[in-house]
Amino acid sequence: MAKGIIGKKLGMTQVFDEETGRLVPVTVIQAGPCPVVSVRTQADDGYDAVQLAWDEVPERKITKPELGHLRKNGVAAAHRRLVEIRGAHELTPGETVTVEAFEPGEKVKVSGISIGKGFQGTIKRHNFSRGPVSHGSHNVRAPGSIGASATPSRVFKGLKMAGRMGGRKVTQVGLTVVDRMPEENLLLVRGAVPGHKNATVVVREDR
Amino acid sequence: MASPIDLIEQRQLRDGLPQFKAGDTVRVHFQVIEGQRRRVQVFEGIVIKRQGAGARETFTVRKSSFGVGVERTFPIHSPKIEKVEVQAIGDVNRAKLYYLRGKVGKKARVREKR
Repeated sequence: MAKGIIGKKLGMTQVFDEETGRLVPVTVIQAGPCPVVSVRTQADDGYDAVQLAWDEVPERKITKPELGHLRKNGVAAAHRRLVEIRGAHELTPGETVTVEAFEPGEKVKVSGISIGKGFQGTIKRHNFSRGPVSHGSHNVRAPGSIGASATPSRVFKGLKMAGRMGGRKVTQVGLTVVDRMPEENLLLVRGAVPGHKNATVVVREDR
Repeated sequence: MASPIDLIEQRQLRDGLPQFKAGDTVRVHFQVIEGQRRRVQVFEGIVIKRQGAGARETFTVRKSSFGVGVERTFPIHSPKIEKVEVQAIGDVNRAKLYYLRGKVGKKARVREKR
């Protein structure tokens, strides 16, 4: 069953594991509650998915078509984000997904927009190696050869070069749910998660 | 308003530990798990630093074991620490006693406060 929830990355801290007493690094995600807006089915839409809304805002903050879509499906409050979670599920419009959908110990994957790093060279951006720094070398952080000369006398498309890094969607897989706090809508996930603080992240189950 | 992260950290805090600072000599009773058994190990030495804040605060104890300097860092709020005994209060002029690392024998001592 496909499971997912939308949330906000609050930041990282450490918690003590109750069994072993070890410190565990965790990311705190404030997730849900997400009302189910609509469902996609194999028969009607050609794929199975559930559309979730999140981030309640005043009505004036969203457009009338957006508000109308929410109202039509029985969600009274205006929500800023809509996300579809692909996969078979048993949810119906009107239900709400909370952090209780996830159990501690469960494997999850978390998607978000990674922190923008600006224009970066090939070493940071594509893990290239650097050249020698001594013996008169001037090829320290240069990208090296970008192709042959007469044939093909052009540079192939998609070659790894310097450029803008970060600021794209990244999914971190294989993370573990350490704890959940339903009263505060918090989810504690072991390890780091893409995105800056207060960034929107989508937590889905990972198989 | 306290952020949820602060609240999570506050929940981790423990009490019942004595006050101590860099320069003090302490005995740390620490649980170690060997396979199935749990036993308490004692690590005695001089506190050379305390760093961090809240649930993430740690302290480092240095001792000389058979002529080799050994340092161990403990999270202060760790549930694995059974107790900490303060053996002596040191009189030092630094918060971080890294200078002890370069010294051996009599020079690696800390004056006691009287």
